[in-house]
Amino acid sequence: MQLDNSSTNIAASLALATCTLLGSTPALANESVDNEWRFDTAILYYGETDRVSLVEGVISATKDFGDDHIFNGKLTYDGLTGASATGAVPQDTVQTFSRPSGHGGYAVAAGELPLDDTFRDSRVQLNAQWTQPLGDNLRGSAGVHASKEYDYLSLGMNGSLAQDFDQKNTTLSLGLSYQFDQIDPVGGTPERLGIMPIPTYIGDDYDDDHDDDYDDDHDDDHDNAYPDRNGTQNKDTVDVLLGLTQIINRRTIMQLNYGVSVSDGYLNDPYKLVSVVNDLGQTQQTLFESRPDQRTKHNVYWQTKYAMDSGVFDISYRYATDDWDITSHTLESRLRFNITDNSYLQPHIRIYQQTAAEFYQPFILDDSPLPTFASADYRLGEMDAYTVGLKYGQQLDNGDAWAVRMEYYQQNPKNAGFDEPGQLADLDLYPSVKAMMVQFNYQF
Amino acid sequence: MKKINKLLCIGLLASQAIGCASLGVQPWERDLLAKEEMALNAEGVDLGLDDHIYFSKEATSGGRAFAGGGCGCN
Repeated sequence: MQLDNSSTNIAASLALATCTLLGSTPALANESVDNEWRFDTAILYYGETDRVSLVEGVISATKDFGDDHIFNGKLTYDGLTGASATGAVPQDTVQTFSRPSGHGGYAVAAGELPLDDTFRDSRVQLNAQWTQPLGDNLRGSAGVHASKEYDYLSLGMNGSLAQDFDQKNTTLSLGLSYQFDQIDPVGGTPERLGIMPIPTYIGDDYDDDHDDDYDDDHDDDHDNAYPDRNGTQNKDTVDVLLGLTQIINRRTIMQLNYGVSVSDGYLNDPYKLVSVVNDLGQTQQTLFESRPDQRTKHNVYWQTKYAMDSGVFDISYRYATDDWDITSHTLESRLRFNITDNSYLQPHIRIYQQTAAEFYQPFILDDSPLPTFASADYRLGEMDAYTVGLKYGQQLDNGDAWAVRMEYYQQNPKNAGFDEPGQLADLDLYPSVKAMMVQFNYQF
Repeated sequence: MKKINKLLCIGLLASQAIGCASLGVQPWERDLLAKEEMALNAEGVDLGLDDHIYFSKEATSGGRAFAGGGCGCN
């Protein structure tokens, strides 16, 4: 869903600013390499304490075929390993859970938040985008993307128009995108609020090569542990994005976007669970989660950049709300200090806050009627998060550039007002998630 | 109602900004705005990677770009 662009002159730079609306990659202004391919590469390590770690590589290639007819192609690969929270509550005794495949199970120690450690996958994504002028002050852009991981396929297309006014001081944009997603959950699609079966044994002795859990499950399709389950599920998403970019003065540029996104189809996470507990907080059953099959999101995004004598101040704010009752605020800022003519240091801060989805609940009480929708996924719960980071970048004599950044990200899930019966009051249902990111970029 | 008020405030600020006749620059005054780091989408690879992480760890996405994540991570 990225639109890419490139620029070699002042007018095109403004055009680029507008294309930010559509998620462009950076302008690679370098007049000496006009009409040549420009490559933007990065490798990122993201690691959470005791949970998920991810390595992601990106190669983005941009070429101006003349007169601002620009192609961008991007290849992304990521590999994921580690454990993720299932949504089930901790207990003061050992708990056992079935693996998603239904083959075997795993035990969770007393007092520990249940994490599914079979969470490993790799993903490949391809993006292609073409942008060109359609008139004196009108530009058009169109693109496609495809992303594939073991149990998930995403295909998408997008198109946009940007019209300049007032000597290109003002630009209005309209973008549309459509995305088709298909999920083929390991072990099949569990029934909404269906009961997770009790594992017949603990361990995964069918699988000597732990790294290929899912692949081995796939090979065992003829021996599906859940023969009655449904298979593939689909989701359609349509996005509309309206944007206004305005140059305020010689040092300041501002943009304001409004976006609406409608998703329809299978919006569950088939691997997430909800515990059913009694009034002592003891788990009686574990169910698969159930989310609505429709979601409409709205957001307003404002960004301002200010050119200082020796750097750039960048600040943005996003307000988002949806019909799942989730509201979020995101404030983000980067402050670039030019140390020399060809090197800079850039601190970064991001503050995020969200409210819980209306159907979020950390557990279900066994004496309450079963709700239609319930999810204990902490990502749909009340949460604060912040990121602090620092980036150092340098331009080389040959026109290439490199940069390194380190960031610390912490999520602090909150209790959105749920009483915690019995033993749950003494257990940590909302542990913080702490992550480090290290990234290296090279442009040539 | 609070949501509507916030949206109105943002809309009002924006309309004030657009309505002001003194906004904007002449073509020869774009020296600073033309710098690569002043593009609103500068550091696009970083922004794309961040979008992917936050899309998979938080309940909301989009704003700067389309909200779809293109992955099964959420």
